Amino acid sequence: MNSDTVISVEGLGKCYRIAHQGQERAKQSNTLSEQLQRAASAPVRWIRDRNQSTTSEDFWALRDVNFEVKRGEVLGIVGRNGAGKSTLLKVLSRITEPTQGEVRIRGKVASLLEVGTGFHPELSGRENIFLNGAILGMNRHDIRRRFDEIVEFAGVEKFLDTPVKHYSSGMYVRLAFAVAAHLQTEILIIDEVLAVGDMEFQKKCLGKMGEATKDGRTVLFVSHNMQAVSTLTTRCLLMEKGCCKKEGTPADIIAAYLDSSSSSGDGYLAEKGRTDAHVMSARVITSESGGTHVYGQKLRCVFEIWVPEALLNASISFQILDSLRQPIVHAWIFDSDIPLLRKPGVQKLECTLPSPRLYMDQYSISIYLADTRSKSLIETVEAVCPFQIVMHGMNREWAWEKNACKYLEQWSWSLE
Amino acid sequence: MMKESRVSNTDQETVIRVGHHESGYWRDVWSYRELLYFLAWRDILIRYKQTVAGSAWALLRPALNTLVFTILFSRLGKFPSDGVPYPVMVLAGMVPWQLFSGAILGGTQSLVSNSNLISKVYFPRLIIPCSTLGVALVDFLFTLILLLGVMLYYSVMPTWRLATLPLLVLFALLASLGPSLLIAALMVKFRDFKHVVPFMIQLGAYVCPVGFSSSIVPENWRVLYSCNPMVGVIDGFRWAIHGGAPLHFQGLIISILITLFFMVLGVWYFRKTERSFADVI
Repeated sequence: MNSDTVISVEGLGKCYRIAHQGQERAKQSNTLSEQLQRAASAPVRWIRDRNQSTTSEDFWALRDVNFEVKRGEVLGIVGRNGAGKSTLLKVLSRITEPTQGEVRIRGKVASLLEVGTGFHPELSGRENIFLNGAILGMNRHDIRRRFDEIVEFAGVEKFLDTPVKHYSSGMYVRLAFAVAAHLQTEILIIDEVLAVGDMEFQKKCLGKMGEATKDGRTVLFVSHNMQAVSTLTTRCLLMEKGCCKKEGTPADIIAAYLDSSSSSGDGYLAEKGRTDAHVMSARVITSESGGTHVYGQKLRCVFEIWVPEALLNASISFQILDSLRQPIVHAWIFDSDIPLLRKPGVQKLECTLPSPRLYMDQYSISIYLADTRSKSLIETVEAVCPFQIVMHGMNREWAWEKNACKYLEQWSWSLE
Repeated sequence: MMKESRVSNTDQETVIRVGHHESGYWRDVWSYRELLYFLAWRDILIRYKQTVAGSAWALLRPALNTLVFTILFSRLGKFPSDGVPYPVMVLAGMVPWQLFSGAILGGTQSLVSNSNLISKVYFPRLIIPCSTLGVALVDFLFTLILLLGVMLYYSVMPTWRLATLPLLVLFALLASLGPSLLIAALMVKFRDFKHVVPFMIQLGAYVCPVGFSSSIVPENWRVLYSCNPMVGVIDGFRWAIHGGAPLHFQGLIISILITLFFMVLGVWYFRKTERSFADVI
């Protein structure tokens, strides 16, 4: 371990034992009586199961993870749910023991895997600051010294002696984060805690974390918020299925992560065997794979409509909905524009948005098939084809913030 | 590289490895002693918050128990009282029994009721069951006041032997801590103990010499009877508080040895299973 390295992880593995589905009883043997029963029947089972597969399966939450962290580095760990990020942080925080491998850590570690661990609702804000501080490893003098700072940061001066059960959720989170933000350890491990709190407070927290790293502290940071990862970290790690898949600069790793995440990007397919007029399939073709679309790039929507017989005054329209299911964009085509669905069978059509100005968010589409003459809706398909828009590769001097707007207009400035 | 890690005192190296018995475990326990204090403080605060009668509850239970035991054993059962007013004798046994049963009840449940801490933060887990002794001690102080009041009423004067009380309190705490650690660690996996412990405590109040003096136990059974550490503790308390029967030394030694045995067993099992608490709980 060289002198600059504060964390070195070698061949780290963590295995959990999961009972098989067929062996439901093995999984449930958590009461003493069942455990005793099992013990009593063990010889019988041993003879019976000798030739069968094992009763439980090993699940490797982490497998052969290797990396090093240097002093003052901010390491971002990204990956999809279940990739092993949280397990890794738990092992590094000494909450759970690894099954294989070794970790060497130099310096004192504070980990923040949850906001407000150990907060008690019946206790006042003041009491909780002391309690939570002690749980996170601060001593009384440290807490007393930083008490005013913590209270000010959280903005709860007036409610210090109110039990936190009467706090609003925002106040609660602010207080909890404030305590953690004032920890003075060489190494800070943070798991997805910035996802809480209001925008203004999130900004404050990011600022505080930036400060921490300027003091030469080492930070390990897990987040799904790519914006936070790209602004805060100096190096990143991509986790996949318990392995450390890639290591590199934030830009590279974020690109690789967005590429690999296929949580969105599924198209819509109607049930098979329908005989009425309907939308057979719909697909949003994004600029990146896995349903990720880079802001401003060409976006294409492809539809297949099936009609049992010619439809004379058809119209097809769709809306792009944001994550709150608010329609943001509406696009349509009428039979009077281009003759549509004039023959029975499948009609394929495509709509291109050359440069949609939608701001980063999760989006989906709703599709409407209608008859313009009878003014009737033939079919509505709601909120399908999820995709996300990212601001990746677009630089500005201020981090892109979630929910800042829905839409970016073109503009020009002039000084007078 | 090793040289550098010795130069700066903040640069202590931690090694995390499977089955690695950290040599620094007890040092860690020591460095987290403030957490012990804060957890105890939290439990005490919570116990008395939002209760109207507050500390009266800590008095009411032993007072009523003493009343029942006095009627049961003295009036109906005609048990001997070693020349001390019967209520004083019962209460002198009730005080350590409450301390013990409170500590056991709190200690054994402590890991399960603090599972959120265990799965999210690292600290030596031993801190949790130890911190529950705080509440038991505060309740003990209240019952002690009750005892002094009753002694005054019956004009029973304590002697110099009362000075040994702190040692006896320690004895009672150790007697509870050993089984507490063992059962708390078992309860992480087997929640059955949640039902077993209150039941055992209920039985224990009759098995231990709380309502009667252990001098009624035939001499040749005394040693065997003392295998229950609480017999030694309660006899010790009675001896220190009101005298009466002389101390049964052989029995006391046995009780102390059994207490130490459970302490070692408890700590051993706790340490052995501690590392997997977060995975199981």
